[in-house]
Amino acid sequence: MSDLTRITLKAALEGLESRAFSSVELTQAHIDAVAQARSLNAFILETPDQALAMARDADARRARGEAGPLTGAPLGIKDLFCTKGVRTTACSNILGNFVPEYESTVTSHLWRDGAVMLGKLNLDEFAMGSSNETSAFGAVVNPWRRQGSEAKLTPGGSSGGSAASVAADLCLGATATDTGGSIRQPAAFTGTVGIKPTYGRCSRWGVVAFASSLDQAGPIAKTVEDAAILLRSMAGHDPRDATSLDVETPDFASFVGKSVKGLRIGIPKEYRVEGMSPEIDALWEQGIAWLKDAGCEIVEVSLPHTKYALPAYYIVAPAEASSNLARYDGMRYGLRVEGGNLTETYENTRAKGFGEEVKRRILIGTYVLSAGYYDAYYLKALKVRRRIADDFDQAFERVDALLTPTAPSAAFGLGENADDPVAMYLNDIFTVTVNLAGLPGMSLPAGLDANGLPLGLQLIGRTLDEGTLFSLGGALEKAADFKTRPTRWW
Amino acid sequence: MAIDAATVRKVARLARIAQPEERLEPLARELSGIMAWIEQLSEVDTDGVVPMTSAVSMPMPLRDDVVTEGGDANVVLSNAPKSSGGFFVVPKVVE
Repeated sequence: MSDLTRITLKAALEGLESRAFSSVELTQAHIDAVAQARSLNAFILETPDQALAMARDADARRARGEAGPLTGAPLGIKDLFCTKGVRTTACSNILGNFVPEYESTVTSHLWRDGAVMLGKLNLDEFAMGSSNETSAFGAVVNPWRRQGSEAKLTPGGSSGGSAASVAADLCLGATATDTGGSIRQPAAFTGTVGIKPTYGRCSRWGVVAFASSLDQAGPIAKTVEDAAILLRSMAGHDPRDATSLDVETPDFASFVGKSVKGLRIGIPKEYRVEGMSPEIDALWEQGIAWLKDAGCEIVEVSLPHTKYALPAYYIVAPAEASSNLARYDGMRYGLRVEGGNLTETYENTRAKGFGEEVKRRILIGTYVLSAGYYDAYYLKALKVRRRIADDFDQAFERVDALLTPTAPSAAFGLGENADDPVAMYLNDIFTVTVNLAGLPGMSLPAGLDANGLPLGLQLIGRTLDEGTLFSLGGALEKAADFKTRPTRWW
Repeated sequence: MAIDAATVRKVARLARIAQPEERLEPLARELSGIMAWIEQLSEVDTDGVVPMTSAVSMPMPLRDDVVTEGGDANVVLSNAPKSSGGFFVVPKVVE
């Protein structure tokens, strides 16, 4: 395998600028890597011809001195982002062979800045899942394996294809989305860096909707600096999304490497959950020690409503999903399964088109919104959501950021949690609070467990304060010096 | 609160998802399990708490009330399961 796939995005951009290699060479190396990694099932659609055309264009632009921030860099795109003229499925049979006539704002920003698209990446159906097993295209396989074992592990979800492809050096970075932890948990399971920015930083226009008050796009990358470079391009105000924030996008990469001396870091005691593995606890203590060494002040804080975040999420997210997914009626696009009358056509189309987990969530959402239950469930959950956001507000009066584990375990085996929905939902216990409160959260690799699998730490910041997360992430990355890569078996 | 098969049938109808009769009982058990876990929210005192309806507080932006794009039926119809003469074709609704 070519060394051109093993470098960081930052190094690739420098190599392109110094003419050490061309974008065509860089892109071809990644196209080859993708083709040789089909056993991972990370890419569900490869677009090599389009990639090479974009790479040739990028080389020409650079030769003319018109290079943008990402010119010539090959990326993978989660198949939740609409790409004009390129099949977009959300990994659901109900979208079938949907070919968008428009481009999502986030991906259009990437192409504006010169990036090259390698293809579309696998995910849980409509991003509903924590293991990528609900995809209509089958599960993604984590490039990481337990030492001495060939058991297939999950890369996490829902952005399993994004995380696996970055970890396996199939692309220099990938787009992802996060509704309850779908960027951060897969990043933790694959030894990659992922950031979910503040709600409203990235436009949701053209991103297939799951739960609109929680959905947010962000990058998965090889390093903290790479994530910063990608997020800067992805973010930005968009009048076509009414919840897009009309604020400046900072040069996030300029925060990486800044001193974190004097920053106050909160350690939320409620995240020390019962039954958490001692390894995760030890990693957390190690992270605290690293930040102390870097000059941070450590403060214990309390987020008393933490345990209610997941149950509140499993009302709010399914309720929004049941409403959002009402659009899949078989009339205007996607699958249609005829019935004896209109209602039967709707019912047959949706029964055939949606997978089991998506149906389960639509049913829960419909139930909690139905007459007689709205106040008891939906309104109650929105009030608990406020309590959770208030907890963070109070904590951020005393601290600049929070440090927690990203997930309660390392990557688990495919099929291991498949029978128990609630056990699967518990994967998001440390990440989901951040979505409910709309805050930015970053996961970065910090160590290995006894089986040699990566473990992640999560940093949570104030609204719109991704800059501080990039500084702290840079400091932790330097201290952790996480260099282990999955051994190539695919 | 336990969800029974009759409730699943009603909710599935509301959601326009056909469910075979033999799936109703297993689904009722699954959904009851999830709802029982969600029930812990009742422990939280939410008296006087204003429901949080938006992740980031901001005023709803207004734009000029003008046509920005449109007028291209072929683009709109390009993914239609059935279309004819510039229209979507749907099952008969009115007898």
